[in-house]
Amino acid sequence: MSTTTRELDAASPARAQHAGQPTGAFSPRQLLAGLPGAVRKLDPRTMWRNPVMFVVEIGAALTTIIAISELVSGPAESAGEPLPASFSWAIAAWLWITVIFANLAESVAEGRGKAQAQSLRQTRTSTMASVVDGYDPAADPSAERTAVRSVASSELTLGDIVTVSAGELIPGDGDIVWGIASVDESAITGESAPVVRESGGDRSAVTGGTRVLSDRIVMAITSKPGETFVDRMIRLVEGAARQKTPNELALNILLASLSIIFLVVVLTLNPMAGYAGDTVSIPVLVALLVCLIPTTIGALLSAIGIAGMDRLVQRNVLAMSGRAVEAAGDVTTLLLDKTGTITYGNRRATEFVTVGTVPQHELVAAARLASLSDPTPEGKSIVDLAEDQGHREGIDGTAVVVPFTAQTRMSGIDGAAGVQIRKGAASAVLAWVAAAGGISPAAAAQTESVANGIAKDGGTPLVVARRERDGSARVLGVVHLKDIVKEGLAERFADLRAMGIRTVMITGDNPYTAAAIAREAGVDDYLAEATPEDKLELIRTEQQGGNLVAMTGDGTNDAPALAQADVGVAMNTGTSAAKEAGNMVDLDSDPTKLIDIVRIGKQLLITRGSLTTFSIANDVAKYFAIIPAMFAGVFPGLAALNIMGLHSPASAILSAIVFNAVIIVFLIPLALRGVAYRAANASSILSRNLLVYGLGGILVPFAGIKLIDLVVTLIPGF
Amino acid sequence: MEWLLFAAQLGTLALLLALVYRPLGDYMATVYTSPRDSRAEKVLYRVVGVDPANQQSWSSYLRAVLAFSAIGVLTVYALQRLQLLLPFALDLPAPSEHLSFNTAISFVTNTNWQSYSPEVTLGYTVQMVGLAVQNFVSAAVGIAVAIALVRGLASRSAGSIGNFWVDLFRGVIRILLPLSIITAVVLVAGGVVQNFAGFTDVTTLTGGTQSIPGGPVASQEAIKELGTNGGGFYNVNAAHPFEGPGAWVTIFQVFLMLVIPFALPRTFGRIVGDNRQGYAVLAAMASIYLLSVTAMTAAELAGGGAATQAAGAAMEGKETRFGIVLSTLFGTTSTITSTGAVNAMHDSFTPLGGGMAMVNMMLGEVAPGGVGAGLYGILVIAIVAVFIAGLMVGRTPEFLGKKIGTREIKLASLYILTTPTLVLAGTALSFGIPTVRGDIEGTSIWNPGVHGFSEVLYAFTSAANNNGSAFAGLTANTPWLNTALGVTMLLGRFLPIVFVLALAGSFAAQGTVPATAGTLPTHKPQFVGLLLGTVVIVSALSYFPTLALGPLAEGLL
Repeated sequence: MSTTTRELDAASPARAQHAGQPTGAFSPRQLLAGLPGAVRKLDPRTMWRNPVMFVVEIGAALTTIIAISELVSGPAESAGEPLPASFSWAIAAWLWITVIFANLAESVAEGRGKAQAQSLRQTRTSTMASVVDGYDPAADPSAERTAVRSVASSELTLGDIVTVSAGELIPGDGDIVWGIASVDESAITGESAPVVRESGGDRSAVTGGTRVLSDRIVMAITSKPGETFVDRMIRLVEGAARQKTPNELALNILLASLSIIFLVVVLTLNPMAGYAGDTVSIPVLVALLVCLIPTTIGALLSAIGIAGMDRLVQRNVLAMSGRAVEAAGDVTTLLLDKTGTITYGNRRATEFVTVGTVPQHELVAAARLASLSDPTPEGKSIVDLAEDQGHREGIDGTAVVVPFTAQTRMSGIDGAAGVQIRKGAASAVLAWVAAAGGISPAAAAQTESVANGIAKDGGTPLVVARRERDGSARVLGVVHLKDIVKEGLAERFADLRAMGIRTVMITGDNPYTAAAIAREAGVDDYLAEATPEDKLELIRTEQQGGNLVAMTGDGTNDAPALAQADVGVAMNTGTSAAKEAGNMVDLDSDPTKLIDIVRIGKQLLITRGSLTTFSIANDVAKYFAIIPAMFAGVFPGLAALNIMGLHSPASAILSAIVFNAVIIVFLIPLALRGVAYRAANASSILSRNLLVYGLGGILVPFAGIKLIDLVVTLIPGF
Repeated sequence: MEWLLFAAQLGTLALLLALVYRPLGDYMATVYTSPRDSRAEKVLYRVVGVDPANQQSWSSYLRAVLAFSAIGVLTVYALQRLQLLLPFALDLPAPSEHLSFNTAISFVTNTNWQSYSPEVTLGYTVQMVGLAVQNFVSAAVGIAVAIALVRGLASRSAGSIGNFWVDLFRGVIRILLPLSIITAVVLVAGGVVQNFAGFTDVTTLTGGTQSIPGGPVASQEAIKELGTNGGGFYNVNAAHPFEGPGAWVTIFQVFLMLVIPFALPRTFGRIVGDNRQGYAVLAAMASIYLLSVTAMTAAELAGGGAATQAAGAAMEGKETRFGIVLSTLFGTTSTITSTGAVNAMHDSFTPLGGGMAMVNMMLGEVAPGGVGAGLYGILVIAIVAVFIAGLMVGRTPEFLGKKIGTREIKLASLYILTTPTLVLAGTALSFGIPTVRGDIEGTSIWNPGVHGFSEVLYAFTSAANNNGSAFAGLTANTPWLNTALGVTMLLGRFLPIVFVLALAGSFAAQGTVPATAGTLPTHKPQFVGLLLGTVVIVSALSYFPTLALGPLAEGLL
């Protein structure tokens, strides 16, 4: 199990993506690599799970037996038509090739996952864990005074408390109960920058196999060995945990039914032909059957499913079941958290609005001074904006910083000269000014009206005031802090609307602010002042109306909503509870990825539907190839149906079979890549796909079979 | 000239059907959704002992359909076997066991396949108490099942799909009886006989004598067409001057066969609350009908072979008072509505024209199909079309807000499997079992070879699709054919009904998914085209090789 670093790099999906390498590419070398697996899958015990291809395999075996018996008995004729001696052999060979091609599609799809699994396995190496017996969170939270014993990580059980120090591998999945540490999670996410994990809050989850880089933590184990996150990931990417999804099952039933109809058609043909004309030989009947049953989609169906999961993995999303991927395609309502998804995490200053006769530069300078020592992103953004406007005033060395407190709801600076500057919520600052020396009602009214105007626009007003040494105070103006909506979101939401998906923004903001941001971002609806309970309630209401809901979440209080949603994407930075409740985990912790997930889900279904249509439409041309050939001996008039002008009955039948096999290989890249998908309404997507795969499915085999026939006629006897 | 006539007749027909589409469709919707029971119905409910307010689950609805039909089969069988004891028996003996079996099933399944010459086999009592009653109730059963499916599609999270007895009685009392009475009067005015006269001996043009019975022809004729039954009073059906007296009566008969099946899409649209859905289904049905009637007319007008060239037109087996166009119009309508009445002998059509009659049935009787059966047939095909197309737009497929999942696609697949399997297996067994083949070749087939094969294929196609028309050159009154065709009719009628009602139940139990821009719309021309394509491809794939052995082999020689 040695893997060179270079291979590992290429194999790791995350790294491939971070390095900007194209993913989803397909090369003929992959086909060769999949060949041994394809031959192994010929085992009937494996084959019978794919009923369509199992029928082909039985046909291949039957034709082979007949071909062997013809060595003794001489070539048989079919419906009064002599066939070349090599006919049965050629049919048998191509039927085996058809089955192998089908298995090849699956092998290639699985092969990609195997490489990923191998790199993941590296992280699963057993390590020794320091288990704390009798952990007492009250008396000794850091477990420094309690004895530890070494236990192999594979022996850990649920609820064990372990300590991990800098440089050690985290022995299993769990939550930090004490401490803070920087952790290297590149083994899973591919992201080389370490992340901070700490006890309490929403960043307490750690994953087994990742490495603590600094500090020391105490953690509680939350999953049994063998059922950890990495174990699940390995099973998923290998396809071992793959179960057929509901739509795939339904499609399988339809394909099996079509196969049964054609089996009936073929089985009843000879008794009827025996009276009306002359009976057809078994290899010809098998050829007819194999051409008619939907082998193309039957061969590619499982590869499409595996590739769909794989596309998610390439985007660093782990779906816990194929069912979830399919549900993503069905989603009709998307719940998006405002902060981090729709807006950047922090508000930014965008404007300084003066009050009364205060000159602009005085307000900007004061706001900047009041924020120079403000560590919050909002404070920094005020400084940035002021400096953009050319303010570079130095700070008085003896100035005292007044930090923000919940009581004062203000922060600012006290200069050595006795000048005080404050910034904060309008009501608090106005009260401060009034207490200092009074404020004219007109100034107060103007300040309030500016502040309210900003609030109504969805911004946050920050009033700036100054008190002079003599005790007189006045309001200088208002800083407009604004949520910055991420770029390009409005277009993405418009795309979603075209796809029939409603977006709902979830925010803790007041309804004014929420409405303004919702308008700017272009979401369809919003839920303001939302608590986790509101969110859960909203999901239930949507679902009762028949909608399928997708959401992202990271906190423990998101867990019930994540579990209730049809598609719940947990952020990898989130808590174990959130990851456990959701049915997908985003390793990059990027909530906007929800939109990509929906697209991948849709693409998966579209690929299946389109290739099914293609497969069934192919039958038309195959009938026109085989039927006239089959009865050419008894009903020469049927030659009128030979619109492709195929050379001879034998070459017509063989060409159809060869086309049937070759088309599978041609479509493997499409099955793995997925049918092109762009956001549009259902009608226009259907029109396009019907044109390409329906009409194309009727026309392509006419050309293909004719071309193959031109080659086949070069074989002597055909 | 003939084409002009064809266009004029089709135009008249289209106009008549367009006029009644909305009133009749809306009326039928009201009949099946109204909460009130009429006095006559209340009496009937008391007699049968059912509670009209009782809402049935799909399985109990199905049990009621099957029980009612089983009683129908037993009654008609008993009436025939006891014919000599009945009044107005015209001294005719009881038909054989296998013929009685076949006839009983044939009329209860709305097929009206007749292995016998009715006017010389069955007396008036059997005709009226047995067959005419079944003509009404079998048609009402068909509509009831279709309505149950529509209710399933329209309802939200309901456990029930209606009450079979209410649907049955309302269908007979409020729809079929009143329409039949009006129709019978019109037919009598048009020259169709209605009396209880016995046999009348007449001297024919050539000087021979012929014994022709009178009888209650017009009353039976009305429900024969309206209920898409097709079982004629006379052996030659509407080709008989007493049953099909002239040109305008023929157009009226064609109208009668089409009127309920073509109005049911409106009823469907009304009940699901979206008339556009009804128009879409109607458009698919009408397009297929138009293509089919044009194809058959073209084949017959083109003629084929030396005989037709010598005669000037393919008039063999056709009545001169109808000509080619009225014969193909009637023939297409009868075979594509599962009526099975004839006013010309399909056996004598050109191979391709006769092949079209077979193709019409092989399409699954959905354009517009039998009363009720046509609607539920096309809705099942719509489910399959929606499934494949729905995947192609990237959503779990849904039809009218109902998800098409594993269970639904399983039932729809079984429905689609049933008829081709019955047709192909029945035909194959007839030629595959040596003794049976001997019997068929020796007794039944009068035209050995490809055409004889077509006759047997036609018989099983007709039986499995509950059509009832025949390539008349086949002698079907043999133990094998009576029994095999009887079983085929029985399975061809009730297996699909089982699947349809199960589908209705599974749709009824579902909630409704709201339609969004991502939902595949099922009321646009795009979907009509898709539905049409699915109907054609599904049947073409099932039957192409068999057709190649029969009509195609014969027609392309």
